[in-house]
Amino acid sequence: MEHIRTPKVENARMINNLTPRKSMVGTLYLSSTHTIFVENTEARKETWVLHSLMSNVERLPTNPSGSPLIIRCKNFHVYRLLIPEEKDCIDVHASLTRLSRPERYGELFCFFYNPNLDKELREKAWGFIDLKAEFSRMGIPRNLWHVTEANHEYRLCDTYPSELFVPKSASPAVIVGSAKFRSRGRLPVLSYFHRDTSASICRSSQPLSGFSARSSDDEQMLMAIMKSNPVSEFMYVVDTRPKLNAMANRAAGKGYENEDHYTNIKLQFTGIENIHVMRNSQQKLIDVGGLAAPSMSDFLWGLENSGWLKHIKAVLDAGVFIAKALSEDGVSVLVHCSDGWDRTAQACSVASVLLDPYYRTIKGLMVLIEKDWVSFGHKFSHRYGHLDGDPKEISPVMDQFLECVWQLKQQFPCAFEFNERFLIQLHTHIYSCQYGNFIGNCQKERRDLKLQERTHSFWPHLWEKRAEYTNPLYRTDHSQTQGVLKPLTTAYCFKFWKGMYGREEKSMGSNQSPADCLNAVREESQQLEEELSTHQERLAQLKEKKAPGERKKPNKLSERVHRPVPNDVELGSPLDYFATTRSERHPPSFTLPLEPAAPSRSGDPDDLLTCSDLESGVADLSSHSSSAGDDAKDSDDLINTDA
Amino acid sequence: MELSEHIKTANVEDVILKQPFHPPLKGTLCITSHHLLFSDRKEESSWQLLLLIRNIDAIEKSVENLFGYPSYTTKASQGKRPVGSSGTITIKCKDLLILQLEIPGMEECLNIASSIEALSTLESVKEMYPFFYRPSHLSLQGPWGLSSTEQYYKQTERLWDSWRVSKVNSDYSVCPSYPCAVIVPREVDDDMVVRAARFRQGGRFPVLSYCHHRNRMVIMRSSQPLTGANRKRCKEDELLLQAVLDGSELGYIVDLRSAQQAQQARMTGGGFESKTCYSHWKRLHRYHERGKMLQESLIKLVEACGDHSHSVDRWLSKLENSKWLSHVHSALSTAGLVAECLERDGHSVLVHGSEGTDSTLLVTSLAQLILDPASRTLSGFLCLLEREWIQAGHPFQQRCAHSAYSHARLKQECPSFLLLLDCTWQLWRQFPLALEFSEALLLRLAQEVYASEYGTFLCNSEQERCALGVKQNTHCLFQSLLRSGNGEQYLNPLYERTELAIWPSVHPQSLQLWTGLFLRWTEYAQNIVEAREELWSIVKEHRESAGLERNYYTLSTHCEPLTPFENLMDELTIL
Repeated sequence: MEHIRTPKVENARMINNLTPRKSMVGTLYLSSTHTIFVENTEARKETWVLHSLMSNVERLPTNPSGSPLIIRCKNFHVYRLLIPEEKDCIDVHASLTRLSRPERYGELFCFFYNPNLDKELREKAWGFIDLKAEFSRMGIPRNLWHVTEANHEYRLCDTYPSELFVPKSASPAVIVGSAKFRSRGRLPVLSYFHRDTSASICRSSQPLSGFSARSSDDEQMLMAIMKSNPVSEFMYVVDTRPKLNAMANRAAGKGYENEDHYTNIKLQFTGIENIHVMRNSQQKLIDVGGLAAPSMSDFLWGLENSGWLKHIKAVLDAGVFIAKALSEDGVSVLVHCSDGWDRTAQACSVASVLLDPYYRTIKGLMVLIEKDWVSFGHKFSHRYGHLDGDPKEISPVMDQFLECVWQLKQQFPCAFEFNERFLIQLHTHIYSCQYGNFIGNCQKERRDLKLQERTHSFWPHLWEKRAEYTNPLYRTDHSQTQGVLKPLTTAYCFKFWKGMYGREEKSMGSNQSPADCLNAVREESQQLEEELSTHQERLAQLKEKKAPGERKKPNKLSERVHRPVPNDVELGSPLDYFATTRSERHPPSFTLPLEPAAPSRSGDPDDLLTCSDLESGVADLSSHSSSAGDDAKDSDDLINTDA
Repeated sequence: MELSEHIKTANVEDVILKQPFHPPLKGTLCITSHHLLFSDRKEESSWQLLLLIRNIDAIEKSVENLFGYPSYTTKASQGKRPVGSSGTITIKCKDLLILQLEIPGMEECLNIASSIEALSTLESVKEMYPFFYRPSHLSLQGPWGLSSTEQYYKQTERLWDSWRVSKVNSDYSVCPSYPCAVIVPREVDDDMVVRAARFRQGGRFPVLSYCHHRNRMVIMRSSQPLTGANRKRCKEDELLLQAVLDGSELGYIVDLRSAQQAQQARMTGGGFESKTCYSHWKRLHRYHERGKMLQESLIKLVEACGDHSHSVDRWLSKLENSKWLSHVHSALSTAGLVAECLERDGHSVLVHGSEGTDSTLLVTSLAQLILDPASRTLSGFLCLLEREWIQAGHPFQQRCAHSAYSHARLKQECPSFLLLLDCTWQLWRQFPLALEFSEALLLRLAQEVYASEYGTFLCNSEQERCALGVKQNTHCLFQSLLRSGNGEQYLNPLYERTELAIWPSVHPQSLQLWTGLFLRWTEYAQNIVEAREELWSIVKEHRESAGLERNYYTLSTHCEPLTPFENLMDELTIL
């Protein structure tokens, strides 16, 4: 609370950048966790923005209409405010800048967030995803792989989970020796076992090979991994870095496996760039998504220049290579990058999604993230800037994984149980710090923070609302759902993820969503069936009784999902086509209406044609799904509600 | 010269056919006057491939002469053809399909290639396949087309007060590219129309294109006025446009050229409506690419889509460089502007470019799709195409003579109609519930416009169609599309009629490459087709489970089966 300099600003204006006439006047409130904007309208519409989701708060020079403040969020929402008094704006800016950059873990929202769950339920919730069960689901043969005790109390590697699957043939000495030869002790361990071919994905960090060093333990470890796949004669080592980067690491005493020292390995580089390249690339992409009125060329050029889709393709290509090695060649793969917690996690999890239909379900993707990312020490706090720290540690590693899944979804619309909203929700909460799951940088750190006792788990919450996140086209027996996915990675398959990066544009809600429509149809017909059966039951009961029944009128019908049939509103919001098509080819006097029809509207010439009284509403079909959960105090709404 | 004289070799055995999604097939290739047939030798009854030769845009042949190499095939040793020589013909179709034929025998290969070349570039309309297509289930009797100007007028009550049908063009002498009947303001007589027509390029005087159902404001279309260098005026043209305004204060003229281009047009006899002469009309210029540039844009795009080895950067740069999406962008923006003038501003609009036969029609028809729910139904859309493209005199024969692969020198080719289909697809993608027809319809039209069994897209105008007896001697595509036999493939399962305008987003990130067309023959598009089938089956399944009868096409009718339940409930409360 001590950071809030001004708790309330009246007559602030929330600017709608695309349709300025839709800007709203209201009151701005600052709480310790959220900034809330309440419109001065009948509806008192509220917009909540979580402080820990703010990535950057910018104050622009004061102009005659007020002091502009731009809040950019980590989930790419942008809020533009106009504050009447400069002094207030300075205060709000200073408060938010401090509030959005917590310095200690104790300040994070997850330690204050309280969804009124009793202790028992909270503990149970933390057990919702069970990695032991997941490894046994994979069908790992007990005679070839086992859990080693070597990392008990994180003795061997403090960024790994305490339970590790290693080849049974690897002796404790080999395990310890191999860990010593790997950067930060991240030795090769099992990540995924492919039952169909007995091939496996293992992961590690780079070897400390330098120019000539070798470790017989590490060599034996790889041999043991290869032997755990009885039929194959060699294994792949996939170094996900560009070869040049890997070579440069040799000078620092690290590097990659020397094919002469290790028997029967094939080394493959997949050329995924490092976190710094990715961070810069994403920033350029965000800028492209935020362009106010770009021409088609500006947009495509910006997209190309950002290089983002090229990087997404590199990650997907790495996943495809691994998946192909396992499924078609039956060859095991060891994946590593430098530290083995960024690119390695990306490559392993993309490959797993391709290989195993289970990871394409709602629960399966949760399990996969828990396994490949959370437990194997992906540095959530650093990468997603949970605490004020080194900005060079921040990088959209997880964003890229989620986008790979989204790109695959575009190519195989029936293969995934979840919808786009699910991926976006995941993305938001990886950044939000509302739940304890994605706090800290490794398992040990989370244990030390006692997160399970002090915070709530995200997964059960997401699972409860799975109806909202279901892809209506998913069917377990569909041909796309079965077996290994073999995506094309031709350049034209990669698209700009509008739902993620074009949110400002999307918030106009001009689009109808067929998936929502289908979901509504499904729900509706299910409800009809349910109603029919309850009515039949009641009818039967009443007939038996033959007595005047209690007048308990089943009121279910009124709760039925109503498909909004818009009447006096328009579908989509008409843009200012006058403005958006302005081109520099000809003088503006030809492109603008010359004499304003209504002289009172002197301000904005672009607004000229939009002065009709017909306030355009938006037929947003996404309202279907929200009718499912009536509780307005839903925890998600605490993030940012536009209800 | 008889068609059959072009055919030097009619039959070749042991040809290998390679096509997308199929393993190579060995079989017999036949060539007839209008078709290329390929049949797998095993099942002679069913053709593996039946390709209209008209659909072939370009062929590439390469002949290998392998004299001196021992021959293993018994066929070749019979001495009918030079031992061991063979050739490959790559066929690139106007619908963007690419096929490969491996033909044993160099001479056969060259013969086939030259026959295809000759037959695919026939210019005589009378010799084209629609004049020979006589399926047993169709009859040539009965009306051709869906509607006429008169019928449209009769059905549109809001026109009756201020508008009339003029038959001034009944012998096509006033405007050769207009149909014989057009709709003009009631207070303008035919003499005035004739004089106004002389003031417009090609005689395309302003006629009614659409009358808005909400406020009776109209979209007119015409060609450019012939003001010329010395700023000629035409009183009748001015009066005609004044009559369109019908007392309201202001109308907009959307000129589909840049202001500079419009100025330059005066040097060659054309021009624009000056502010002094047309004081109640406000002119807006929106530049639209036309003709050769648009065709080249298509060629570049198809080329970019065809090369699968591009890196992402190269692909994006090629996509940008083709400018195709920029054309989609400007077409939708201008259509949105026209619609906005009518719906939100309440003013009438006149649209024209130079000739008024290409981008003009593109803009007026898109604006109608945005505004008019009637044009978003399957039959309404086909009527719109018939009215605004076929009857309005879009020169299909010239524009669609070649598609993206042709090496022939460009003459009058221009993919305006394809651009319309693409823009319609963008609307369909942004408003998946608002259009009654499916993507399959748009794809079918994209194919038919270049090569068809039907006569609908033949010729350049109604006059030509009349002279050649197209309506008497060919079948009509639109009627065939509407016939029930096509079932649901051209219908959108999610269709739900809305009376509202559908305002497309023209933000570049909202516009996408039409994968269904441009990447049609890739696996990528196949998966999406599967998804669409899945969608259909879900809708059907749930219609059934909700106890709906099969013929309900809109989902909003889900409310209807409630009535029995409500009745049941009433009973319960009475009990």
